[in-house]
Amino acid sequence: MSKKYHVATTVNGDEYEYLCEPQQTLLDVLRDEMMLTGTKEGCGTGDCGACTVMVDGTMICSCLMLAVEADGKQIETIEGMAQGEKLHPLQHYFLELNGSQCGICTPGILIAAKALLDRNPDPTETEVRYWLAGNLCRCTGYDKIVRSVLAAAKEMREA
Amino acid sequence: MNSLRYEAPSSLGDAIALLAGASGTSRILAGGTDVIVQMETDLIEPDLVVDIKKIPELRQIAVENGVFRVGAAVTGMELTDHEAFCKAWPGVVDGVKLIGSMQIKGRATMGGNLCNASPAADSVPALIAAGAIARIAGPNGARDVPVEDIPIGPGKTSLDKGEIIVSFRFPSRPVGSGDAYLRMTPRTEMDIAVVGVGVSITLDAGGVCIAARVALGAVAPTPLLIEEAGAALIGSPVDTRALDRLAQAAAAACRPIDDKRGTKEYRIKVAGVLAKRAALLALERARQNT
Repeated sequence: MSKKYHVATTVNGDEYEYLCEPQQTLLDVLRDEMMLTGTKEGCGTGDCGACTVMVDGTMICSCLMLAVEADGKQIETIEGMAQGEKLHPLQHYFLELNGSQCGICTPGILIAAKALLDRNPDPTETEVRYWLAGNLCRCTGYDKIVRSVLAAAKEMREA
Repeated sequence: MNSLRYEAPSSLGDAIALLAGASGTSRILAGGTDVIVQMETDLIEPDLVVDIKKIPELRQIAVENGVFRVGAAVTGMELTDHEAFCKAWPGVVDGVKLIGSMQIKGRATMGGNLCNASPAADSVPALIAAGAIARIAGPNGARDVPVEDIPIGPGKTSLDKGEIIVSFRFPSRPVGSGDAYLRMTPRTEMDIAVVGVGVSITLDAGGVCIAARVALGAVAPTPLLIEEAGAALIGSPVDTRALDRLAQAAAAACRPIDDKRGTKEYRIKVAGVLAKRAALLALERARQNT
């Protein structure tokens, strides 16, 4: 058994402390210790983007970060996207335009899409497609995802 | 399972001491986009992981008199968001932008891309073409090594036990300089190079090429600096004849394997074609950089 490491971190504005083993990933701890199961595991090797979260404002695959590295970091997950009952415009349009089907890829894609719109409120379709290249979806064929992101971006610009 | 120890020292000296003093298997952790995958898939079972991201000199981008020094653990996103670096070394940025997804670039580093020692690493031919020099620190002090001398085979580097790449130093950039990196892949994103080519050139005031470096990836066990390919451009206005000589020299230097991504013959043919295209893009950038 490896030594356990004490980690203090912030997730969606709430302070968390946990003990982890050094080989545990941030994804393991989010899902199994904090019970924040909105973040999904797809491939576990950084190829699919289902586990995308924000760490100190940068989007990463939480399967490729050790839980012990999260000490002192600010983490944002899908659980922090809606404000109470009020959905984020991205969530609204993913429902409205069927950007989500089976749903496994959706939390990661929503986090990635929000990261794009925070940097670039008016992306082209091509920019959306390239930005989301690291998020795999086997249901939608991507078109409905891209339309949902563009519709949310438009509404957010006009708000 | 082994007992794994994680350390995140805040000084280079402590990191070197940990690695130099370790028995068993140890790994440096920067972005983790290769090391954590290897751990998760049980390819490696390290006893010690040394996280180098708390060491200040590995995390900085510094520029002095036009000379850039980029910390080995600067992430891809940090580098591609750095306006002055993007303007000075667009070809290096071309290579870094092709490393995985946006999520991967949020963590992945040039130091890791080099030390993972994949023959197809996208930033490495661009770094070699740029003439980047790696600063290596270890138990016996520091040494400066051209990037092309670091990979020695797939997954193998010339670093000794306890050594860490601290930073990359880029040469000063005269006006009339430009660089470019292109890779051949069946898709435009999320793929591994069939061939990668980095080209860096400098033109004089009359548009004649006075310096050129060309490097190829994915056509040999390591990325290659092709001196004959650079020499094919020097003294020319980078015209059709010079580009044909460049393509021949690039193709002649290839020592590829057949694999699922391409055959030997295909890689050799593409190396020549892609070298020309990368040279033309470097030329266009050099002409704009006056």
